[in-house]
Amino acid sequence: MKKSWWKALAVVLIIYGIIGGFLMPAPDDIGILAKTIRNLYFHVPMWFTMIVLLIVSFVYGIKYLASGKPEQDSLASSFIKISMLFGAMGLATGSFWARFTWGTWWIEDAKLNGAAIGILIYLAYYILRNSIEDETKRGKFSAVYNLFAFPIFIVLIIIYPRMAETSLHPASGDTIGFSSLDLDNDLRKVFYLAGLGWILLGVWISTLHYRLTEIKRIDEEI
Amino acid sequence: MRRYSWILILTGYSALAQTPMDDFFYQSGKIYVVVAILVIIFALLMFYLVRLDKKISQLEKERDEA
Repeated sequence: MKKSWWKALAVVLIIYGIIGGFLMPAPDDIGILAKTIRNLYFHVPMWFTMIVLLIVSFVYGIKYLASGKPEQDSLASSFIKISMLFGAMGLATGSFWARFTWGTWWIEDAKLNGAAIGILIYLAYYILRNSIEDETKRGKFSAVYNLFAFPIFIVLIIIYPRMAETSLHPASGDTIGFSSLDLDNDLRKVFYLAGLGWILLGVWISTLHYRLTEIKRIDEEI
Repeated sequence: MRRYSWILILTGYSALAQTPMDDFFYQSGKIYVVVAILVIIFALLMFYLVRLDKKISQLEKERDEA
């Protein structure tokens, strides 16, 4: 548990997000959103965390291609796995939020479908991985797949929804983002810190997964 | 008597007296109770994660020594 101040910081920031998210002032009177605007502190950080974990995985994928060190492949894979967990939480929380604002669990929408396809692309990463026995071959295939998957994922989840003509989701198509609703900066006071907390938590869980797979891998080698 | 005073606190306190803690948690439609419960759940989850972290560190130590 050396050098683990950032883990404590993650916990403190998320607890601040929970307490502040309920009790601090927020623009609670905007149309169909009402008090659900506070979901911003919980739903959006899931996606931020997912994207940060995927960036880390992307970097380690490239590093693995350059060096061939198996622990870098293991890192890339662990970060993708935990990012999928956060992606699933993002989809589930978004769907629930949509039900009680837009009136439906799911709707044909650039943002929603883009996110769903993006997640499917990374699920295929695991099908690819698990189908290759040889460690070096598996590492290389995974890293190259990761290299292509990440830009496509960013296009699907950020660029494509922005370019869509219409969307229900904030900051996509013809809709405005939350920043334009946050006139008194009330949302920002909680959102940024809580978001950082969730990202750190995601990194923490990913490193735990990585360390465990490394112990198993080295165990098998002996 | 002193040994079992915590039972008295648990069973009797809430029924008998309006404590300062009650005053706090009864405010604002009792929303503070919900916040406190979320904090408890999250804190326990994190407690478990710290334990897991320590166990993995222990495994790593054993591996490095072997």
